[in-house]
Amino acid sequence: MDFELSGDQVDLQEGMRKLCEGRFPMETVRELEASDGVDRALWSELVDAGVFTLRAPEADGGVGLGSAESVLVFEELGRACVPGPLVASEIAASNEVVGIVERARGPVVIEYWNVLDRLLVLESNGIAEVDPASVVAARSEHPVDPLTPIWIAERLPTGVQVGDGELASRVRLNGALLTAAIQLGLSEAVLDVAVAYAKERQQFDRPIGSFQAVKHMLADMLVRTEVARAAVYAAGVTIDDPSVGDVDRAVSAAKITAGDAAVKNGKAAIQVHGGMGFTWEVDAHLYLKRAWALDTAFGSPDFHSELLATRL
Amino acid sequence: MAGVAMNLRDSDSDAAFRAELRGWLAEALPGFPPDRPGEDDWQGRREYDTAWQRTLFEAGYAGIAWSEEVGGRGATPTEQLIFLEEAEKAGAPYVGVNFVGLLHAGPTLYAEASVEQKAAHLPRILRGDEVWCQGFSEPSAGSDLASLRTRAIRDGDEYVINGSKIWTSHAQVADYCEMLVRTDPDASKHRGISWLIVPMATAGIDVRPLKTIVGGSEFSEVFLDNVRVPVANRVGDENDGWRVAMVTFSFERGTAFVGEMLQSMQLVRDLAQVAKKVTRGSATAWDDAGLRREIGHLSAGLDALWALTKRNVSQASRNGVPGVGGSVFKLHYSETRHRLGELTMRVLDRASLSMLDVSGLRSGKHVEGHLHAISISIAAGTSQIQRNIVAERVLGLPKDR
Ligand SMILES: Cc1cc2nc3c(=O)[nH]c(=O)nc-3n(C[C@H](O)[C@H](O)[C@H](O)COP(=O)(O)OP(=O)(O)OC[C@H]3O[C@@H](n4cnc5c(N)ncnc54)[C@H](O)[C@@H]3O)c2cc1C
Repeated sequence: MDFELSGDQVDLQEGMRKLCEGRFPMETVRELEASDGVDRALWSELVDAGVFTLRAPEADGGVGLGSAESVLVFEELGRACVPGPLVASEIAASNEVVGIVERARGPVVIEYWNVLDRLLVLESNGIAEVDPASVVAARSEHPVDPLTPIWIAERLPTGVQVGDGELASRVRLNGALLTAAIQLGLSEAVLDVAVAYAKERQQFDRPIGSFQAVKHMLADMLVRTEVARAAVYAAGVTIDDPSVGDVDRAVSAAKITAGDAAVKNGKAAIQVHGGMGFTWEVDAHLYLKRAWALDTAFGSPDFHSELLATRL
Repeated sequence: MAGVAMNLRDSDSDAAFRAELRGWLAEALPGFPPDRPGEDDWQGRREYDTAWQRTLFEAGYAGIAWSEEVGGRGATPTEQLIFLEEAEKAGAPYVGVNFVGLLHAGPTLYAEASVEQKAAHLPRILRGDEVWCQGFSEPSAGSDLASLRTRAIRDGDEYVINGSKIWTSHAQVADYCEMLVRTDPDASKHRGISWLIVPMATAGIDVRPLKTIVGGSEFSEVFLDNVRVPVANRVGDENDGWRVAMVTFSFERGTAFVGEMLQSMQLVRDLAQVAKKVTRGSATAWDDAGLRREIGHLSAGLDALWALTKRNVSQASRNGVPGVGGSVFKLHYSETRHRLGELTMRVLDRASLSMLDVSGLRSGKHVEGHLHAISISIAAGTSQIQRNIVAERVLGLPKDR
């Protein structure tokens, strides 16, 4: 056992962080609202960096790395709050923009519909591919997360069966893993934002970060982040090497802990900012809203808790 | 790849160790009495816990990561973790009264004591011959431990100690105490402290058990009246005891609770079984989706803590010491145990009123577990103090005042 990043893994993480800092500073992320979350030029930079084909075998033009590495990459995407159907596109190992919805979870909410090249539908016993243009859907003019535009499907055609039930389960599993990795990134980024503010904002002639009530909120944010990190990395490692544990259980534990961390840290960060935190201008709400959007993606916390209960 | 990628795999030697240990546990456990004596029989508990420790020692499973020189196995921290995992799975006895000796006083000696001190104590701790307690807290020095007043005045080759300690777990059955005393009252509060090995049989020590909310007397008050201890019993330099105490804390907070955390995982699995037997009309508590999910949610928290433990151990193997990861672990562990306790009450419903099993339901240990949970956020530094540590040392926030 060596449950620490290797030199190569650290390099990968740092490389991805640099790319995100360079291409997706928060101003750019905010501007992406105008293009419904996806800008083709920026998307192709992610494609070129191998974000969506990291786990695909080299023979298929992929990078041939493992889930542990994908987790590191998606953690960075989360940290930068990069929008778009990132997880679905990675799962399709595609250079196109791909969406995934679950037919059984009504109302069917389709994220990023008008920028999708392809749409996959998870059925109870398989996967169907549906032409996005054949879907009848109405746009919600007020998505909670401004960077997760959504459409409510009025008609979702049957489409063509492209995978069986086993593949559908694998998609759900990997979707939950990468979503958890983004949630981990969100929870650490919003902690950084809150800590920076706590050191700078003065009240009663001293930084608010010296007040214990504030310190303790921030300490709890760190604890949630580090607990989530352990769970998410463990899930990635377990998918790569199922001999070390129960894959489903590891992924559900990761999705639950990272989801908790992202949502609770998002709220706590707003609290630390006081009135400023409640403004559109401060970024804290963007992290929280993304965390909410992801909390229901690829299995709600209740779904994963139920799964864990049955595995005890 | 530069270095082996992050992994949770057993190396060949880890796998061999695990297999051998499993085999040994399967043979050794059936011959060992399953039930530990009750809360009020501390002598019986001591005998039980130390008999198991001796069994481990004789089989070569004591002090797994300690060198053979001091009676250990000379293996790795990973193997120590494997031991905890397998022992828990097999239902082996818990460390019990050996907690302080094995998990923080012993490790402190291992890291800081002289060759003679190590030789005098470590093999005996591993063999179950010596039980230790911790005399750090005092009536007026708890969270503000460095304000402790128990005084040690040098008299030739001896220190003469006067004062009192409180909340000293297992004091009534301990042979030695790791004790913090004030050796320089004029220095600033952190600078005048020394770390001593105090034999509990020394004249002038009076142990008075205190009753805890569980009903037994896990901890005691310890009064010290002209207690004479050789200067040779000091670990580290005179007045450098605070630094040594930090070493103790790094173990106490960092690794000592891991075995208990694994027990908690078993407790959750067991609670799921109990829930299937508690009736709610024609259904059971387990049929209540809300409760069931809460149990699942809780087990996610414990799985994550187990993963965090592995990260902490991997980091410590690289850097030599358990870092502030210990405070992170302890904070989350305390919170999870509190939640487990609350859930226990919801699952057990009316059966939660009894500390003993109710009509064939194995509920007693869960009720006791809830009471115990309440101490976890207090003992070994309260959760408020751990949060201060995380905020100031990890996040770099300014100190208050
Ligand atoms: C079951 C059990 C076993 C124990 N075993 C031992 C043992 O074997 N040996 C030993 O030496 N000690 C032992 N202890 C003592 C334990 O370490 C202390 O109880 C603990 O450090 C708190 O000190 P205190 O009880 O004096 O509480 P106090 O320090 O008086 O704290 C009271 C309250 O004030 C809060 N508080 C205090 N200071 C601050 C601050 N700066 N910021 C925010 N909040 C603050 C605390 O968090 C707490 O909520 C044990 C305790 C328990 C419960």
